[in-house]
Amino acid sequence: MAKAPTRDDFMTVDLPLPQPTQDNAEFYAAAKRGELRLQKCGACGRFRHYPRPVCPHCLSRELSWERASGRGTVYTWTIVRGPTLPAFQHKLPYNVVDVLLDEGVHFVSEVLDCPPEEIRAGMPVEATFVPVADDVTLVKFRRVA
Amino acid sequence: MPSHATIRDRAAVAGIGQTRFSKGLGSSEYEMAVEAIFAACEDAGISPRAIDGLVRYDMEQTDEEQLLAVLGNPLLRFFAGTGWGGGGSASVLVVAASAIAAGMAETVLVYRSRARGKYSGYGKDPKQGGRYWEKLATSLPGLNQWHVPQGLVSAFQEMAMLSMRHRIDYGTTDDQYADVAIALREHAMRNPNAVMRAPMTREEHHASRMISDPLRLYDCNIETDGAVAMIVTSVERARDLRQPPAVILAGAMAAGSHHIRLSTLFERPWEEDSPVRVARQLYEMAGVKPSEIRAAFFYDFFTSLVIIALEQYGFAPRGEGGPFVADGGLSFDRGRLPCNTNGGQLSEAFIHGFNNTTEAVRQIRGTSTSQVPGCDLALVAGGNTDPTGAVILRRL
Repeated sequence: MAKAPTRDDFMTVDLPLPQPTQDNAEFYAAAKRGELRLQKCGACGRFRHYPRPVCPHCLSRELSWERASGRGTVYTWTIVRGPTLPAFQHKLPYNVVDVLLDEGVHFVSEVLDCPPEEIRAGMPVEATFVPVADDVTLVKFRRVA
Repeated sequence: MPSHATIRDRAAVAGIGQTRFSKGLGSSEYEMAVEAIFAACEDAGISPRAIDGLVRYDMEQTDEEQLLAVLGNPLLRFFAGTGWGGGGSASVLVVAASAIAAGMAETVLVYRSRARGKYSGYGKDPKQGGRYWEKLATSLPGLNQWHVPQGLVSAFQEMAMLSMRHRIDYGTTDDQYADVAIALREHAMRNPNAVMRAPMTREEHHASRMISDPLRLYDCNIETDGAVAMIVTSVERARDLRQPPAVILAGAMAAGSHHIRLSTLFERPWEEDSPVRVARQLYEMAGVKPSEIRAAFFYDFFTSLVIIALEQYGFAPRGEGGPFVADGGLSFDRGRLPCNTNGGQLSEAFIHGFNNTTEAVRQIRGTSTSQVPGCDLALVAGGNTDPTGAVILRRL
């Protein structure tokens, strides 16, 4: 009888990457240039994230991709200590943060070069750009002095 | 009360069934589902062939087609699924009661089967047993592309961030997390079906390893195999069956976003959170106040989320869920509100909330191993994330 498969047979080993789509390609193209660009409503002027074709506030479909300041503060955070996916195993422990950007939207990311014990809610941070594949650059953050 | 749109007092849970719960049963989800369903039919005193409706958890892999083939080809006339994730665990009863109230079916099966033990290998698809997040694709077109590549790979880490914000806002503490874990463990110690039955001290809770700050190992639900099924029928029919009916006094559902999408969740006002909306709808339909509920069954995937649920369902003012659980606040015999008297998903088993629902039924029947005296009203809430659903069960 065939041996029953175990979890090791199914484990995702490679680094999971975003798959740019028609709805978010602008975001990744901008990140690759070192810019944080977010959708801004053409009618009510509010920013939004995640990318989507309609403004959640006023339902307008008018939008532009505007360059954001890249600045914000840590709204909440965690320190991942494991388990995690094999692709992140070497980083343990690492932080994940929710940044409240000055544009009023939340962005999930990581604060680079910040030891776990120094992460604080309200900590000011600014965007930095980390290429992880040929066509994908991730938006990360650093502490602002 | 809007009489034109109510499921109040129309349906009842007439049968409950389950497999053994274990960290590894070695059975397929299909096999476990069938065992639990046969047990629920036996409990109700009906033949599986009498089932004419079915409500499936939307993640459930044992589907209608597989079940029809083993239940003697019952003549289904209603079938549906409820989303999403743990939030839908009580919604199956809301949908079943809706079908019965509308006359679309009379005997509705609800069930959940999970091979979720850490070593329960089953299939490549994330929904096929084991840990879903260990089997994610490496090219992500959906919204998890905004989390997973950043290292936020699983719901427990996302719930950790949500829990951390609750601590930032209200000063919730490790001791309060331990209060939840210990109260539920004490219930599990009295329940022979529970997987985790060793005593837990506060020190042991605090010494358990940190998984994702602020959540420690003992703040997280256990990973188990098992299945649970229930037979829901009209109140009239339930009166004539084998067991005292647990009448679905009220049921409600709400969706507003998705709990895992932190960027949109944190933008919403608290009053619009789905659990808060469900609570409002539920109490209005039931015509009862939180203070009248004798036992509550929250979706205890994490200790912190039980504390938050107490606030969302109106048992504690906002921000005061932590003090509410202190000093055995959730204990069946000395608590402010007896909760998860089976040991819950933290200590009995993690069958996506269904094992908490069957325990609520036992409380209404008076057959729990941690029985609350005179338990005539029990609340069962799905994962207090988004979307979600909840019911209030009452004694006939």
